[in-house]
Amino acid sequence: MYDFSSLTEAIHKGLSAHMSPVATQAIEWVIIGVTVILFVALFGLFLVYAERKVCAFFQNRLGPMRVGPWGLLQTIADFIKLLMKELIQPAKADKFLYNLAPFIVIIVPFLTISVIPFAKGLQAFDFDIGVFFVTSVSAVGVIGVLLAGWSSNNKYSLIGAMRSGAQIVSYELSVGLSIITIAILAGSLQVSQIVEGQQATWFIFKGHIPAVIAFFVFVIAGTAETNRGPFDLAEAESELTAGFHTEYSGIKFAFFFLAEYVNLFIVAAIATTVFLGAWMPFHFGHFEGFNRIMDFIPPIFWFFGKVLAVIFLIMWFKWTFPRLRIDQILALEWKFLLPINLVNILIMAFIVLKGWHF
Amino acid sequence: MKALYKYILSIIKGIWTLVQGMQVTGHYIIRPKTIVTQQYPENRDKLKMFDRFRGEVVMPHNEYNEHSCTGCGICEINCPNGSIEIISKTIVLPDGKKKRIIDKHIYHLSMCTMCNLCIKNCPSEAIVMAQTFEHAVWDRSKLTKVLNKSGSKIMEGVKE
Repeated sequence: MYDFSSLTEAIHKGLSAHMSPVATQAIEWVIIGVTVILFVALFGLFLVYAERKVCAFFQNRLGPMRVGPWGLLQTIADFIKLLMKELIQPAKADKFLYNLAPFIVIIVPFLTISVIPFAKGLQAFDFDIGVFFVTSVSAVGVIGVLLAGWSSNNKYSLIGAMRSGAQIVSYELSVGLSIITIAILAGSLQVSQIVEGQQATWFIFKGHIPAVIAFFVFVIAGTAETNRGPFDLAEAESELTAGFHTEYSGIKFAFFFLAEYVNLFIVAAIATTVFLGAWMPFHFGHFEGFNRIMDFIPPIFWFFGKVLAVIFLIMWFKWTFPRLRIDQILALEWKFLLPINLVNILIMAFIVLKGWHF
Repeated sequence: MKALYKYILSIIKGIWTLVQGMQVTGHYIIRPKTIVTQQYPENRDKLKMFDRFRGEVVMPHNEYNEHSCTGCGICEINCPNGSIEIISKTIVLPDGKKKRIIDKHIYHLSMCTMCNLCIKNCPSEAIVMAQTFEHAVWDRSKLTKVLNKSGSKIMEGVKE
């Protein structure tokens, strides 16, 4: 629970003792792939349940209560229902692209999840440009959105896709810039080094004011980039034009839905990694006793605790704020977040230069 | 300079209003007692309806099997859906006078929208809204009810 590198090394040694290096590599890839797929599926189901419950409590309701104790099996029942639905294809739709789009959308979280440090030694892929990789890969999702809207042979889907695309592309800037703010402070783009740099204090405390601003900009931009409320005009579920995935049914629709929720996890995980120290326990100055108690909690709990806290914050946004119009969304990005971000980077660079951070 | 001041002020104002909104929802999530939905079939025993809840039209009878309906038919006239039918009969009083009284007060629950107009307009306050709400039946004819009990008669002193 404290250091997973011993576990992964044991698996590696056990495999390479019996097999050639190529076979070992292949089997390790399969293990990682299956783990990631299982994790994404189960965590997606959990997030849908959590969202419904959190939403219910915000609105003075109980939420799902019927299927299983406290409705715990509700999302599994929903999933089975979605699996059994008929897959409809609009007439004259671009068949290939129509079927491809959900997969492109769902590939993004799988790619991004590979660089997320879940705990000490529990990271699938750690390379020099980890954070850069995350920001660039998450831009692929917009292609899936546009393809879905274009290939559906539906004007409203196309308009919904264009709006969604405009939104995702514009907020991509804010996400990237707020991560760069922290990259200046960390002095590295490698995820493991960013995490190591937060040994003493997390970056949100280390960089004080500019880091806090960057954190909130990141959370807002991340919320918008995952197409979640209050920026979810593209998929107002009760409205006639549900946006780019109107024409999708059954499991293909579930893919879009799952991608949204896993992206929510990804945004929270990146916010945790970059701003809140990933699996690093909370350390406070020279209070040795306090720090030792904090070290006692396993890193994986620290990671998931922080991720769930950020997810809760984003859900809080969704169920509090009214939905924005498209012009308001774009005005928020281009008139507010982007200038704030640019000024913030300057301040951060100045602070790092002067060494004013903790 | 003034534009910049206004810009920064609008940001701070915007954040403040957002925080206020989150305070409202945050207030509810940390207080589970504010939850208003109920687990219906489970709480059947202690479930209590509000006084103003309109379940169905009933005619209260006292312990001598007497009601205060005169059979005037005002409720039937006032019902917008035609869910009330008044069947009256004429009896001969001991002093030889003829009098119209209620024979059957028929109420079709299946057509009623619980608008309360019949109760509002009843001059002798003979009918009231009950608080029952479980009206599901297998046979539609069970929703047609005769409100006055058999053998009942009009209460003493009801103005006609």
